[in-house]
Amino acid sequence: MNRTLVRLLQAPSIIVLLLWMIVPLSMTIYFSTIRYNLLYPERTGFVGLGNYRFFWTDPGFFPALANTLVLVGSVLAVTVILGLAIAILIDRPFKGRGIVRVLLISPFFIMPTVNALIWKNMMFDPIRGITAVIARTFGATPVDWLANHPLLSVIIIVSWQWTPFAILIFMTSLQSQDQEQKEAATLDGAGFWSQFYNLTLPHLARPISIVLLIQMIFHLSIFAEIYVTTEGGPGFASTNLTYLIYDEVFRGSNIGAASAGGIFAVILANIVAIGLIRVVGKNLTV
Amino acid sequence: MTDKQLSALKNRVAVTAAWIIALVYFFPLFWMVLTSFKTEAQAIALPPLVFFEPTLDNYFLIQERSGYAAYAWNSVVVSVGGTALSMLIAIPSAYAMAFNPGRWTKDILMWMLSTKMLPAVGVLMPIYIISLRSGFYDTKILLVIIYALINLPIIMLILFNYFREIPKEILEASRMDGTSTYNEITQIVMPLAWGGIASTALLSIVLCWNEAFWSIVLTTTDAATLTALVASYSNPEGLFWAKVSAVSTLACAPIVVFGWLCQKQLVQGLTFGAVK
Repeated sequence: MNRTLVRLLQAPSIIVLLLWMIVPLSMTIYFSTIRYNLLYPERTGFVGLGNYRFFWTDPGFFPALANTLVLVGSVLAVTVILGLAIAILIDRPFKGRGIVRVLLISPFFIMPTVNALIWKNMMFDPIRGITAVIARTFGATPVDWLANHPLLSVIIIVSWQWTPFAILIFMTSLQSQDQEQKEAATLDGAGFWSQFYNLTLPHLARPISIVLLIQMIFHLSIFAEIYVTTEGGPGFASTNLTYLIYDEVFRGSNIGAASAGGIFAVILANIVAIGLIRVVGKNLTV
Repeated sequence: MTDKQLSALKNRVAVTAAWIIALVYFFPLFWMVLTSFKTEAQAIALPPLVFFEPTLDNYFLIQERSGYAAYAWNSVVVSVGGTALSMLIAIPSAYAMAFNPGRWTKDILMWMLSTKMLPAVGVLMPIYIISLRSGFYDTKILLVIIYALINLPIIMLILFNYFREIPKEILEASRMDGTSTYNEITQIVMPLAWGGIASTALLSIVLCWNEAFWSIVLTTTDAATLTALVASYSNPEGLFWAKVSAVSTLACAPIVVFGWLCQKQLVQGLTFGAVK
């Protein structure tokens, strides 16, 4: 293959992604500096950082920022700890291991809206939901999850969907662990925790950091789970940054302010992305 | 108790725990499928019913009430369309990069992956405005284009890795024999890469099928997919547990199977190639 043909074949993918990245992003930056409200098309003009100030002083901004961080942090903690525990638990030969894997991993393949709706109706309903039924069986008062613990509900829903992702990756990595080393450690009388700290955890250090970074990227923009269950409420109790921006566009019709928020979200994601690119880059062999 | 007995006991406890956790973990999905075979009255009965006479009514009713087939068709069109468009762009590019890597190949791939890390809300406003102004809002073609673009980096990476695994010696040998580039691709590379291409396409279909941001914000009726249909059931008047469950079961069953078939690609794709 000659150089021209190689360039020609590569061009389409590079051009479309370049357009996809540069055109909308520069438009967002442009929108963020002008007066732009779909309801008041006559109001125009350059406002400098006005939209940023508007978004910054929005009563929902700091709650949304805090919720975003709590949501991402909690989901990360739950999925990594639960994923590790389960992956280690099923990392042994036993009858029906295949079925156990299917049961554990299936939630990851269902659409987020279905996942959210199952939990909203059949699990979290304060009267007919399974959690309410269980609570009453033990004589406790059922919890109205979505009304009283909206953010926790979203955390549970997202964690349920993403723990399988952690399990999948940790399971794959555990299979490449040196079994002889583990057997030797057992013979030397090393207990489970000592083996876990000294052998398994170091072996899983890289997969864990990858799971953390990847999930951060995906969870910074959680949307469907909130849209279907709490719509960000009550108040701003379960609004994250993505939902706040969505709200600004589709309820506030304030494209300018939403664009300022969008730029803020891009900066936040970039901080994570730089770390991720470093980890990923090491693994890419050309 | 000897050490051997003790370790056998420990193992049995672990296996039992694994089964219990797996069954509890799967329960919400099991309950959804079970509810889809109940009548609406049975679905909200207290205490919840585990044994009942199953009915298929919901599966027929959802077509009548909410026009399930139209949404399913939209999902099929945008998933397959988005995947096809993406593959069309990615296969030649990934091929060229894998077999003729240059100084910048790695940087180009890393840059492509970085576009996948751009949050959707960073580009939502322009895409929304452009689609409204151009008349593409709520059309399948818009979703096809967006899905092709958002999955392109992942598809490029996986295909690149597949093509890299094809031994260069085979190609060199055939070049010595004077095989043309066209024959080289159709008769040597494609037969070897076919499995990889197929499972990459499968992964892309799964990701498109479950996508739930663009499908919700960029469609209303004409191009609404199954994710949007299910989301529309979130309002209080749509509280028909049995029918929602039937819709959800139908919407998820095929894709769970697909997901199972492309697990490896899913892990590789979603970790941007860092775990294979």
